[in-house]
Amino acid sequence: MADFGGDIDAFRADARSWLEANFPPSLKGKGGMMYIEGDSPDDGDIKAWTHAMGEKGWGVPTWPKQYGGGGLSPAEARVLQQEMGRIGAWNPVGGMGTMMFGPTLLEYGNEEQKQQHIRAIARQEVRWCQGFSEPGAGSDLASLSTKAEDKGDHFLVNGSKIWTSGGQWADMCFCLVRTDTSKKHEGISFLLIDMHDPGVEVRPIKLIAGASPFCETFFTDVKVPKENLVGPLNGGWTIAKRLLQHERSGIGGGGSGGGGGNNIFGVGGSPAAMAKSYVGLDEKGRIADSDLRSRIVAHEMDAKAFQLTIFRMMAESRSNQGPSTATSVLKNAGTKVGQDRAELIVEVMGVQGLGWEGEEFKPDELSSVRGWLGGKATTIFGGSAEIQNNIISKRILGLPDPLGSSSS
Amino acid sequence: MAVLTEEQSMLRDAARTWTQEKSPVSAFRKMRDSGAPLGYDPAAFNEMAEMGWTGVIIPEEYGGSDFGYLSLGLVLEETGRTLTASPLLSTALAAASALILGGTAAQKEAWLPKIAAGELVGTLAIEEGPHHAPEKVALAATKSGAGYSLSGTKTFVLEGMAAGLLVTTARTSGKPGDKEGITLFLVPADAKGLSRKALKLADSRGAAVVTFDKVELGADAVLGEADKGWDLLEKVLDRARAGLCAEMLGSALQAFDTTLDYLKTRVQFGQVIGSFQALQHRAAKMFTDLELARSCVEAALTAIDNDSPDVPELVSLAKAKVGDTLHLVSNEMVQMHGGIGMTDAHDAGFYLKRARAAEAAYGGQAYHRDRYARINGY
Repeated sequence: MADFGGDIDAFRADARSWLEANFPPSLKGKGGMMYIEGDSPDDGDIKAWTHAMGEKGWGVPTWPKQYGGGGLSPAEARVLQQEMGRIGAWNPVGGMGTMMFGPTLLEYGNEEQKQQHIRAIARQEVRWCQGFSEPGAGSDLASLSTKAEDKGDHFLVNGSKIWTSGGQWADMCFCLVRTDTSKKHEGISFLLIDMHDPGVEVRPIKLIAGASPFCETFFTDVKVPKENLVGPLNGGWTIAKRLLQHERSGIGGGGSGGGGGNNIFGVGGSPAAMAKSYVGLDEKGRIADSDLRSRIVAHEMDAKAFQLTIFRMMAESRSNQGPSTATSVLKNAGTKVGQDRAELIVEVMGVQGLGWEGEEFKPDELSSVRGWLGGKATTIFGGSAEIQNNIISKRILGLPDPLGSSSS
Repeated sequence: MAVLTEEQSMLRDAARTWTQEKSPVSAFRKMRDSGAPLGYDPAAFNEMAEMGWTGVIIPEEYGGSDFGYLSLGLVLEETGRTLTASPLLSTALAAASALILGGTAAQKEAWLPKIAAGELVGTLAIEEGPHHAPEKVALAATKSGAGYSLSGTKTFVLEGMAAGLLVTTARTSGKPGDKEGITLFLVPADAKGLSRKALKLADSRGAAVVTFDKVELGADAVLGEADKGWDLLEKVLDRARAGLCAEMLGSALQAFDTTLDYLKTRVQFGQVIGSFQALQHRAAKMFTDLELARSCVEAALTAIDNDSPDVPELVSLAKAKVGDTLHLVSNEMVQMHGGIGMTDAHDAGFYLKRARAAEAAYGGQAYHRDRYARINGY
């Protein structure tokens, strides 16, 4: 509740004057997301703005103040967001540290770990990557084999991780490692690894959309201090599941992260609006291609239905009823809408929607192609659409596992 | 589930208790088997009226409780779950909305208290062909003395055999398909020249074909303005559609729940069939669709209560989405039950047949997708 005794108007006035004093006008409307996963920006204004927000804790407005968060109530955080939007300011603090790891560490970390890591995330000083998937452990994540051996005062880590997005820029990795080979889920621990340590090697992966933030990361005899274990030894799976919930709600668009909403759609613009210029309208004002029109309408309605579901979930969260819609439902529905949208936009643009590079194509045409291809990942990462359907079937609908199988 | 007030929660709980105890699907089966001429059980409808459900959207001065459309939607969702056959939607929502939105003080005074008390069933008489096309009105209303003479035929008049009041669209100028020239009339069912015949549909609910042969009406039978009825009609229809959406959502939810129970109990190959992933993922898809459909239905009802300008867009969204969802779930209900789902002794067929009739009423998915696009300019 900050220092305002719940007086939301006083908070608004204070936030407004602080933002006006600290947000560099040169950054107005430039959106922060592009800097978060990439290399460190050189821009002095960005550094100053990041520093100011980091000191204030407002990059992670609702995290506890004692660890460097903003300590704001949800209502105050909404006011802050409104006030930032009013002047075109954006949140320079983001990435996996804020969206996934931070909330999880606040829940499961010990006091020393929270003191050590949360403030650095809030200040955007340390960047995190996720070491979960392995070449042999995708959807069946719990079959992972990267090994952490107990060597008395440290763990010795050997193995490899894949899809460590942002790995080439990351300072730290939150990692699932095997600490007991005799059990599956109960042999996994949650370990924090310094990406600058000897024995860590990162190789970027080129994807179907071209360059990507995804990497392959190799660990060869990496020594990790014992205090970097989060939660109990062999108790990492529970923490991983919680972290994946944060990840899924971020992907599905229902998260509290600053990105929100449209990011999941991967590509900008509405197929209906684009069809007017690329396809044209008939004499009755309808999209001239009736088959395409039918599919665009159905899609636009799906998108609206998803948006209304996000609104419903947020309204339920604010009430004491609590949200009734599961993150797996939102992830599947949101990613489906995003992929359908990208497919339709590329189709509406025709050949202009298939340009790879060159001046024959407008920037939004080129980005639509990359967005369409890149977006295929959304139903694979964070638990594939099929894994989400398994979760819905088992945890929500209460349907049993097939005989002779074991999954969780 | 929308965030409800305490009154709304109580209303929903009362509706749930009553439908589960007094009007389960077996009551619908009994009504169908008895060949009830009205397509519903009047005694059950009287109980609904006594609980105040027929007055939920009607202002207090006319004997209602003025609780709003979302509240009535909560009741309809519960009646939809058990396929409770009743004129609640036609009279307490559709006809009542027409009077509330377009009626003069005298017209409201004449009809609303009776509707609120459940003494009279009102309904809309708007369709003339096999597809919902509210602007394609051919039924003619010609000037006759100080009033009008109506001739023509309406079909798919919901609860048409039970109705005492028919809110009827007629053409006072122009040609079928024109939005200009449509006038709404309040027609008492006992008017001279009006005749009706039961329209026996697959869902076994009440419907009728109503023929108008020089039905003479006074000028005071006009609801709203002559020739300018289209905008009022659209508003009334959107309210009726939103209410029907709530009922359809309830039917889809129950069809899904019943099917899910079967997946957990039916054993083949030595295990319950719900353990098979091919069925699990279809169940997960239905569950996801139901969540999305609920958001649309509640948004439409809430928009009506708030008199929001996006009512037409949200109602068409809801009718199309819940229509698609009910269509899917009712088909899967039969398929996943296998042979037993094909038998008349099982309830699956009731949900399937009711689904299609409800989808067609007040415009099917194709109609509402097209309307959604037109509203949004493409």
